[in-house]
Order: sequence, then C-alpha cells, then structure tokens
Amino acid sequence: MADISSPTTKVVDAPRRQRGQIMLFVTTQPMGSAGLIVIMIMMIAGIFAESVAPHDPVTMNYMAMLAPPTLEHPFGTDAYGRDVLSRIIYGARTALVIGLVSSFLGSSVGALIGVASAYFGGKTDMAIQRLIDILLSFPIIILAMVMVAILGRNLWLGIDINLVLAIAIPIIPKVARVTRSAALSIRELPYIDAARTAGFSHARIVLRHMLPNVMAPYLILLTAFIAQAILLEASLSFLGLGVTEPTPAWGLMLSGNNADFYREAPWLVLFPGLAISLAVFAFNLFGDSLRDFLDPKFKA
Amino acid sequence: MVTYLLKRLLLMIPTLLGVALLVFFMLRVLPGDIVEIKLSADGAVVSQQALEAERARLGLDKPLAAQLGDWLVGLTTGDLGRSMWTNRPVYDEIATRLPLTFQVALMATVIAVFVALPMGTLSALYRGSWLDYTLRIVTMAGLAVPSFWLGMLVIMMLLLWFDWLPPLGYKPFWEDPIANISLLIWPALVIGIRYSAVVARMMRSSIIEVMQEDYIRTARAKGLFERVVVARHAMRNAMLPTITVVGLEFAFLLGGLVVTEQVFNLNGIGRLFVQAAANNDFTLIQGIVMLIALIFVMINLLIDVLYALLDPRIRFQ
Repeated sequence: MADISSPTTKVVDAPRRQRGQIMLFVTTQPMGSAGLIVIMIMMIAGIFAESVAPHDPVTMNYMAMLAPPTLEHPFGTDAYGRDVLSRIIYGARTALVIGLVSSFLGSSVGALIGVASAYFGGKTDMAIQRLIDILLSFPIIILAMVMVAILGRNLWLGIDINLVLAIAIPIIPKVARVTRSAALSIRELPYIDAARTAGFSHARIVLRHMLPNVMAPYLILLTAFIAQAILLEASLSFLGLGVTEPTPAWGLMLSGNNADFYREAPWLVLFPGLAISLAVFAFNLFGDSLRDFLDPKFKA
Repeated sequence: MVTYLLKRLLLMIPTLLGVALLVFFMLRVLPGDIVEIKLSADGAVVSQQALEAERARLGLDKPLAAQLGDWLVGLTTGDLGRSMWTNRPVYDEIATRLPLTFQVALMATVIAVFVALPMGTLSALYRGSWLDYTLRIVTMAGLAVPSFWLGMLVIMMLLLWFDWLPPLGYKPFWEDPIANISLLIWPALVIGIRYSAVVARMMRSSIIEVMQEDYIRTARAKGLFERVVVARHAMRNAMLPTITVVGLEFAFLLGGLVVTEQVFNLNGIGRLFVQAAANNDFTLIQGIVMLIALIFVMINLLIDVLYALLDPRIRFQ
C-alpha cells in the first residue's frame, strides 16, 4: 500500500522494513523464534564442526571403548571408542546438508510442476494430477525406499547424491499439489492475461509472473519438508539404506550393532535420537510459526 | 448403495493399473542388475553363462512388453510372481507376514483413537490455556520423535527398569494370546503415539471450527449441559474430518512399520519391504507396492461409505 502512495520512500525503507518483519516475527511468534535459535545453533555446529567438536568423529580409540559420559567424552564413546558428542556434531552437518538440499530440490521442482500444471490446465493438468494422485497414495518413506532401490549409490564430494534424490523425489508431488491450488487462483488474475496479450512465452509467464506469487506457500512447505527430510534420512540410514559408515549420521548411530548395547551403554541410544528429535522439532516449530506469520489462512 | 459400491470398485481398476505400470517401468528403466548383484553377492566371479541362465530362469531375458504382460495377467489372478531373491511366490511371502502387520496396525489405531479424541477435544475446549499449550507441545513432540528411536527407548526402559524383554518370536493371537499381546503391544504403542499426534491435531482444529456453528449456540440456548453439547453436538460433527485423517493414516501406517518392525525384530510386511529394497528384489517390491495401493483405495472407499452413514446430509451418488 505504501508503495503506491509514496514511491520515493520505498527504496529508503526497504532494509528497515525487512528488519521490522524479523522483529515482528520474533515478537509475535515466540515458539517459532525458539525453533529458529535451535536451528541456528545446529547450523553453526555443523558448519564449524572441525573447531566445535572435541574429538575427531572417525578416529577409533580401543582404549576407550563404550566409555560412559565423562568430562573428556560428555556423551560417552561408542563400540569403537569414537566420541559420541563429536559424531553428533558432525552428524548435524550430514543431516542439515541432506535435509536442506533435498527439501530445496523437491520443493522447487514440485512448485514448478504445480504452477505449470495450473497454468496449462486442460489435458496436461489432468495427466499430471492423476500421476500425483498415484504418488500421493504412498507413505513417503516407501517411495524413498523404492527410489533407493532404483538409484543405488553415487558418492560425490562425500555426499550420496542419489540419497538426496531419493528423499527429494517423494516431496515433489506433495508440494506440486499444494502450489497448484494456490496457482489456480493466480491464473485467473488480469496481469496474467496482460502478460499473455503482451505475447510473452509460456516459460516466461510461469517463471516470472506466476512462480513469485506462490512464494509464501513455497517457503512454508520448504521449511516443513526440511523436518521431513531429516527424519527420512535418519530412518533410511537406520535401515541401512541411507548414509553409510564411517560418515557420522544420527540415524546410522542408532542402527546395527549400536542397538545391542542397551544395558552396557544407554548413551549410545539416547543422544543421537535426542539430536534427531530436537532438529525435527525445531524445524516443525519454525515451519508452523512461519505459516501463521506469512499466511494465516494457509493449511499445508 | 450397491450400484454406488460397484461403481467405486470399478473405478479402482484404472488407479491400480496406473500404479502397476508406474512401478513396473520405474524399476526396469534404471541400472542395477539384480542377477549380477545376487550371484556375485559373496564376491565370486560369475561366468557370462551363469548370468544368462539365471536371467532366463527369472524371465528377465524376455522383451519388456512380455514381462509386463506376464505380470499384469498374473495380477488379475492374484499371482504376483516369484521373489527374485528367495524364489518363493511373492503372494506367499506377503500372506505369511500380513496377519502380524495388520494386527499391529489395528492395535495402533485403537490406541490412537482413544488417546487422540479426548486430547484434541480438551485442547480445543480450553484453547489458549496452559492445558492446550502443553497438549500441543506434546503432540508436536510426538511428530518429531522418530518411531525407531521411540521403540529403542521402550525396549531400553523395559530392560533397565523391569529387567524384562518382549518375548522373541511371533505367535498368532488364537494360539497364545498372552505371548502375542505382550510382543505386539509395544510396537503398536510406538506407532500409536505418532498416529495419535496427527489425529489429535485434526480433532482440535475441527472442534474449534464446530464450536462456532449455529447449532452449538442453539443447543446451549436450549439449556443443555455443556457436557451434552460437547459430546452429542460438537464431537459428533467434528468426527467427520477426523475420520478421514484416521483412515489415511491407517493406510500410511506401513511407512512407520517399516522402521518399527526392524527395532522389535518383527517379521512383518515392513521388514519384508526393507529386505526387498536392499536386495533389489523387483518382483517383491512390486507386490508390496500393489498391496499398499490396494489398501489405500479400499480405505478411501471405506471413508466415503462411513461419511454417508454418519452424516445424513451426504447421499450415495
């Protein structure tokens, strides 16, 4: 509104208004802000893992196998004498990289498909929606497991690209369905007609005129699916279908032999699971608040 | 009613056919040769002849169209082919494991409904109070905790505090009900917690919506006790959207069971699927995917029928 009445103040106000938005989020969404703080801490820990972690996550130490929590090893050590806290800190890197990248990939491709489907309408829309119906009738972990079976492994810079894809692909239909319904109403607006009359290409109308207008649902879904992706990565790694040793990953820390030490080393079970829960909880909290903040009417 | 059901059952065929085609082609277009993986599993060098012979035995040497034809024809008679790994009929592999998985799913549903309905209703009626806040945080935590970890915590708690572990090995309920329940109640509880979190959230929002309806005001104006207003008028109407969530979550339970069965060492469908995915056992993956799709369409039909039975405004068309 302010843009129309006083266009000259817009440029000056932009940074201040942005800061105002952040302040508004913090004051109106205390829970979401708490989630955001946890996310920031995890990100910092993941990025600077080399300097934050007290030990190397992969060095085995047979002198300190299954050592209980002490000052030296606050979360104890595992069956190979590796420091659990350090593995959790490095695990944050694995979880966040895979969670962020696969949610970003899945949500972006999904939004593009959803918007294009709404824009073209007719038979194209019908065909795409029937395919999405089919994909939506499966739990996302089942789809991800089928993808793992199909794609196999493909390591690149220490990250399993195919694992990222296997997690991203099940996200696509969910995001496409929601963004499509948001885009359907945009399609009818005069400025889309105007763009069409101006002779712009379909690609330009979809990318430049429609996509920016589904930004709010896109951002909400993106954060919501980061939580899902982290949970999915942990589950797949737990099943032996995700991240492989010796890469530190939370789900992997709970799988295989590590589960045999319930009596001897409960800390092996306790801390990695807490890390997963905390990360997913924080992203869910932040995502829900972001939804209330950006679009109170929107339901994912 | 009968014509409606028949029509709906007929409409399932294109959906199921779509799933069948999709899963078949997805599994074939991509690399990864099961025969090579299987035969060289123990690191042995395999001759070309052995590979060819195995491919012929599994029917993988036929043209794709013939393979697809065989599979689709088999589907109509319930013949899902043979597992590429164990060579047992896929139908038998699934049928021997289905009762266990189905029982856990059913128990989890009962737990979820009994926990979630009061939770969601209370949360909505005392909206904004400390009770609402606590319940909402609990449900959010229920959604964040991975079910395999929750299962491990349950086992650890039983072991460390009670020095007791669930019995090993599954016994059908009618053979040994006590052993059966004392084994399956734990995974059902673990799955049920997440399930009830989802249902409670839905129940909360639909009660909030329903409480603003005119008929609630009318019921109060008639001088009914608030208890009656909530139980007879609000909860009944809020049940409709909640039933959808209960049904869809039931259809999706296998997703949670995939990991939970692993934790509790249960030999169910979830575990079978993990093995199938790890071994690239295409026929087995296809069979289980078809089972999930079939459950999904049946549940959807069931939800629609329940809707019409519970809400007299909805008629079968």
